Amino acid sequence: MSDYAIEARELTKKFGDFTAVDQITFDVSEGEIFGFLGANGAGKTTAMRMLIALSFPTSGSATVAGFDLLRQPEQIKRNIGYMSQRFSLYQDLTVKENIRFYGGIYGLSDLELAARTKELLQRLGLESESGQLVGSLPLGWKQKLAFSVAILHRPRIVFLDEPTGGVDPVTRRAFWEMIYEAAASGITVFVTTHYMDEAEYCDRVSIMVDGRIDALDTPSNLKKSYSAASMDEVFLQLARKATRADG
Amino acid sequence: MDRIIVDQITKTYSTGKGKKLVETPALRGISFSCAEGEIFGLIGPDGAGKTSLFRILTTLILPDGGQATMDGLDIIRDYKEIRKRVGYMPGRFSLYQDLTVEENMNLFASIFHTTVKENYHLVKEIYQQIEPFKHRRAGQLSGGMKQKLALSCALIHQPRMLLLDEPTTGVDAVSRKEFWDMLDRLKAQGLTILVSTPYMDEAARCDKVGLIQDGQLFSMDTPQGICDEFTAPLWAAAGDEMYPLLKDLRRSPDVQTAFAFGDSHHVTLKNPTPEGEKAVREWLAQSGHTGITWKRISPTIEDRFMAFTTEAHV
Repeated sequence: MSDYAIEARELTKKFGDFTAVDQITFDVSEGEIFGFLGANGAGKTTAMRMLIALSFPTSGSATVAGFDLLRQPEQIKRNIGYMSQRFSLYQDLTVKENIRFYGGIYGLSDLELAARTKELLQRLGLESESGQLVGSLPLGWKQKLAFSVAILHRPRIVFLDEPTGGVDPVTRRAFWEMIYEAAASGITVFVTTHYMDEAEYCDRVSIMVDGRIDALDTPSNLKKSYSAASMDEVFLQLARKATRADG
Repeated sequence: MDRIIVDQITKTYSTGKGKKLVETPALRGISFSCAEGEIFGLIGPDGAGKTSLFRILTTLILPDGGQATMDGLDIIRDYKEIRKRVGYMPGRFSLYQDLTVEENMNLFASIFHTTVKENYHLVKEIYQQIEPFKHRRAGQLSGGMKQKLALSCALIHQPRMLLLDEPTTGVDAVSRKEFWDMLDRLKAQGLTILVSTPYMDEAARCDKVGLIQDGQLFSMDTPQGICDEFTAPLWAAAGDEMYPLLKDLRRSPDVQTAFAFGDSHHVTLKNPTPEGEKAVREWLAQSGHTGITWKRISPTIEDRFMAFTTEAHV
């Protein structure tokens, strides 16, 4: 197995004559928290959909969790976790039912599932709410539960698409502590966000502009090379260069 | 007279029946007012009650208690007249996905007995940016373009009050700044704007701000006034290993609160004196931290918001 959780080589996606993702090449190390930033329409979602094997690239190649994107897309899906931008649990199932549902999809045995369900509920302090419908939980709890479910099968990488949008500032920080814990346990975290303070919490950050990766480095190096006081300024300098219409 | 006056509005939602009846209070007595040419920002997380308040003020649902007037008109008695004077951009994209950009604009104009041509000057600046795509179906627009179309549709009947429910959620930092520049220009034309957002940094661009959580406004003032309510001395700490630093700050017996704020942690002390500072810095050095920077800073609205919500929930 390689030391990289993701190796992308000139990954490209075209829709007709529109190049949504334009030859992006980058590596993400094992256990790294990798921030994947970009303006709306820069190509982030399209790139992410390719990496999680939901969309086939027009050209280029990649390995994700040690598997080849072109030849082993199903193995990739089994070895990653994904938390979508829109809340990904079933609102009309209970907390426990959701855990059982996702555990089943990822092929956990009954024994594993029972142990991990117990452990998960304990860690989140949700034991007494395990029979409640997920739809009735506060948003902050839903987000934490969705994240825990996304890593229930102990994937090598978890992909998080704007996990903290609309969440209150206290919960947003608690969510990032869960990300740190996951990374410390060896799970690679690939995360998108529009909160520039959260970009600071990443080990490295890439910024997409017009389908390309225009910058990739640690937050402190990016601030140095763009002579910027904050990641917000770095982002504004880069994103303002965008020439293609948002859409 | 203020253009929007909200007085002790309450709203509770009920689900189930009989013994299974569950009552969820969404608004617990909200009061504020908003003048002509003013931007009032309602800042709070999802579930705080922002959307319920917008639906009441746009006369889409009724409050359980309290009163409100929009442009001097009562939200219950005069609902028909209010609808002519209010532009509303709901949080969820609510235009017709299977109509084109142009068709949506024409539809909203004709509902209010006007035409896009007649009021083109009102929306020109915003609408021009999406006009090249006017034959595209609304459902196929990107997030930023949908937002511009929704704003154009909300402005086409020349409203006197504009209500925007989380217009920038999920929108990138550049588009957010452009959107707020647009609001400034609309405000300069005399429009009263009530806008909600979960982004604390946007609060600074409002004339007045209300912080809302669990259906209550717990603070209402100018952006500076809100920051001033945070009276405890505040420090920013940074170091080579930020997450371990946060954990050790919280373990320190001299630290009151420590929260991550981007490239530094914001810290308050139990004993905010030079001795207290010294004790914490020594503690960090003993814990093996290197590259420590430590400086006194002014609080932001987010500091104030977090101080309130953590006090309320601890």
